Amino acid sequence: MLDSVSAILNALASGDASARQITEQSLEAIAQTDPKINAVTHVAAETALATADDVDRRRAAGQSLGALAGVPIAIKDLICTTDMPTTCASRMLRDFVPPYDATVIRKLRDADAVLIGKTNMDEFAMGASNETSVYGPTRNPWNHDRIPGGSSGGSAATIAAGQVPASLGSDTGGSIRQPASHCGITGLKPTYGRVSRYGLVAFASSLDQIGPMAWSAEDVALLLETIAGYEPRDSTSLDTPVPEYSKAIQSSDLRGIKIGVLRDGLEQDGLDESVQKSVTEAMQVFTDLGAEIVDVQLPHSQYWVPTYYVIAPCEASSNLSRYDGAHYGHRSDADIDPADGPLLSMYRHSRQEGFGSEVKRRIMIGTYALSTGYYDAYYNKALKVRRLIRGDYDAAFQQADLLLGPTAPTSAFALGDKLDDPIQMYLCDLYTVGANLAGIPAISIPAGLDDSGLPIGVQLQAPALEESRLLFAAAAFQSQTQFHQLRPGKP
Amino acid sequence: MPQYETIIGLEVHVQLKTDSKLFCGCSTRFGAPPNSQVCPVCLGMPGALPVMNRQAITLAVKAGLALNCNIPPMTKWDRKQYFYPDLPKGYQISQYDLPICADGFLDIDDPASEGDTRRIGLIRAHLEEDAGKSQHDETSGRNDSRIDLNRCGTPLLEIVSQPDLRSSAEAKNYLTELKLLLTHLEVSDCEMQEGSLRVDANINLHLDVDGKKIATPIVEVKNMNSFRAVERALDYEAERQYAHWEETGQTIKDAPKTTRGWDDSREQTFAQREKEESADYRYFPDPDLLPVRLPQSFIDQVRDTIQETPAQARDRLQTQHGLSAYDADVIVNQGAAILGYFESVADVSGDPKRASSWIQQDVLRTLKEQETSIEQFPIPAKRLGDLLGRVRSGDLDNNRARDVFAYLIENDTDVDSACTALGIEAVDSGEIESLCQKLLDDNPQVVQDVRGGKQQAVGRLIGQAKKVNPNANPQQVRETLLKLING
Repeated sequence: MLDSVSAILNALASGDASARQITEQSLEAIAQTDPKINAVTHVAAETALATADDVDRRRAAGQSLGALAGVPIAIKDLICTTDMPTTCASRMLRDFVPPYDATVIRKLRDADAVLIGKTNMDEFAMGASNETSVYGPTRNPWNHDRIPGGSSGGSAATIAAGQVPASLGSDTGGSIRQPASHCGITGLKPTYGRVSRYGLVAFASSLDQIGPMAWSAEDVALLLETIAGYEPRDSTSLDTPVPEYSKAIQSSDLRGIKIGVLRDGLEQDGLDESVQKSVTEAMQVFTDLGAEIVDVQLPHSQYWVPTYYVIAPCEASSNLSRYDGAHYGHRSDADIDPADGPLLSMYRHSRQEGFGSEVKRRIMIGTYALSTGYYDAYYNKALKVRRLIRGDYDAAFQQADLLLGPTAPTSAFALGDKLDDPIQMYLCDLYTVGANLAGIPAISIPAGLDDSGLPIGVQLQAPALEESRLLFAAAAFQSQTQFHQLRPGKP
Repeated sequence: MPQYETIIGLEVHVQLKTDSKLFCGCSTRFGAPPNSQVCPVCLGMPGALPVMNRQAITLAVKAGLALNCNIPPMTKWDRKQYFYPDLPKGYQISQYDLPICADGFLDIDDPASEGDTRRIGLIRAHLEEDAGKSQHDETSGRNDSRIDLNRCGTPLLEIVSQPDLRSSAEAKNYLTELKLLLTHLEVSDCEMQEGSLRVDANINLHLDVDGKKIATPIVEVKNMNSFRAVERALDYEAERQYAHWEETGQTIKDAPKTTRGWDDSREQTFAQREKEESADYRYFPDPDLLPVRLPQSFIDQVRDTIQETPAQARDRLQTQHGLSAYDADVIVNQGAAILGYFESVADVSGDPKRASSWIQQDVLRTLKEQETSIEQFPIPAKRLGDLLGRVRSGDLDNNRARDVFAYLIENDTDVDSACTALGIEAVDSGEIESLCQKLLDDNPQVVQDVRGGKQQAVGRLIGQAKKVNPNANPQQVRETLLKLING
């Protein structure tokens, strides 16, 4: 019953279950599975049950209820919540409870969702394996020796482990889609600005986007419909109406739709054969549904990762300056360094103790790339390439309605495998960062299992604000395939 | 001893007169309890995002247009990064390479040559948010620092001049004119004691040594809190730099720019500990804020709200009201409120020159004595206009008018009631004529003197007339006497 959002909503509507029962099931599942997978950083049992009881009471009284009334949802721990800590999985913010709710949280509360807790992540969303968390790594529910993907690995794993039917993640370079792929679920990165970033602790402001994660495109559509929309407190939020995504997905006829495939992308080094096979099979499914497959080029795709790994650290180095021990968060009580004096000592020790090594690495890269003498060679050049990348997408979408390709080069790798090799870790984002640089929406959907029984996802990309098209194609795919119904332990 | 020229450029920060901060809705009121006017946005809390204040953009464009600047079609926000406890985000949102105003100028009075003006170039004016305020408590061996973040996010316009100023007197004239312009346009209050106008000065010397031009190292003087302090600091600094050059021979090539503070009580500048050695602010475009487009229609709309600059007002007072350049200057330099008061008095009285002289003497003196402002002045402009109109028409003489003026300052009443209370009555011309005839009859010598060409002889009779009837207008008495004598 906990499996999908739509199943829960049906059960609640028909009276087969109460919100309290659903919430208790969710809490129980967390208690049972989380000691093994470590997906949840904070469980808000009391407030979750109170919300559930309130939903039940109002339903019994015949009052109107929100679209997600009684549905347990887990939140990536970099989205601000007034009744739960928001730690970004960092020692720096370990005790931080924000005095305000993020816009998406306000919208979820308005929709009567049950906020069950916060999920584990790479520290400040920096990583592709969920191993840089101060709480320790999250493990993939399909195989506990494997990573769940990152940085929304906790949000993906909590669903795959059956703890909640849906969660929110954030995607800066693939952080929703890559863990969705590794955990066998559906994850959507919306158009930049479609979902307000107000209350999302910034990693790289021009790339970050909050998005929904669930088993199916149908559930994802329902969540997106709830969290999307204009927010005057966010200058980058788009002031355009939110389509009824859950209605847009009801047809499964893809006739007249052109799906572009990057042939080059399918022959890249490091792309696992099983992933390649899944993409080819997905092409066949879409063809069977009536879509036409066309070849497209994204000529600057080889520059995606380098461009991303200049822009993201630059913005991160700036966004993370505020964590200096002066106002909130971790302040070191180490002795004053006589050479530095009290102020500089406080800064140095607080940041030294508060941040993990991956965060420090990116702050260093960003600080270097923005400094006088290097700005033009790195940051400014990256901005120029970014414009070319956007141009590539514009041209490609002249030829195709959607683009299809791999989400990640491989299935989930083993814990510790790439932790000491940042370049290898950064290459996990090979297929996903393009959408962030261009600001377009993209979705990862389950499309197979590899030889070791680990899930493989494929990615669809669409022009800006065409989430309906993405969800429609993904739902059509899921109407013809069972991959999204596969569960860990019962492949 | 070589000749030298003092080269000065000023950076003036003015607080814009907005209802709220630059990127959030918090109040910018001065003097509120510490940290009472803050929110997640101006505190830079994780996840909070800035949203631009349109009123600040409008005021900045207004100032820029009045300062003859170009307003580009697009401007953007940049982050200026540095660590300081009163800067909660670790960066200040400012403008780097695309400021909202560029390339302007301001004409000022030339202190070296009365009646001439000097044109001072402006490099740019850009918007930025203010930081908070640190207070260091070093009493009784404690090492506490308290931080008040109320000021964080307050909108500032930083106006940067070319190094066109050549003396402290020019710097003072520049600041005076700038302040007048900005207050006149209601862009800023420019209250120095509330920190809504702050000045940094860059200064060095160009020496002429055996026909070769030598520049001394540039010094930025900070922390001057009055125009007088700016003047004194610049004078002090010019002398200090000269002495320093004599002693060391150091030129701009030998030493980087340094920062010095101004100690008002000791009247000297002092070397300041640098906040950061050769600061690298790592400017880059703020990804949380979109670039701002400023369509021509918007710029025109703002231009339409600028009725008149002080310079234009001075011209108009001369051409339209016939005031002298000096009088126009005095009236306009008193600020927009006095100018408005003058206009009203001039209109109602129909006598701009008299209005100007009364305002310059009687009104300003009273304001000074009572330590009040024109807004609180007890005689409304229309009432003073009424009074001066009567002087103009001859119904009242200057002395009687001054009595009425004094009475009106004490009593909130109209001119008629004041006259009645003071026993001033209009005297009709028949009455004056019979009085004059009687005086002439009693003083034939005067008649003879006048006929002999000594017109001033009637003066004696004017005094006598006033004794008989205090309401008699001396001018009218004079004219009547002469008319009767000359037949």
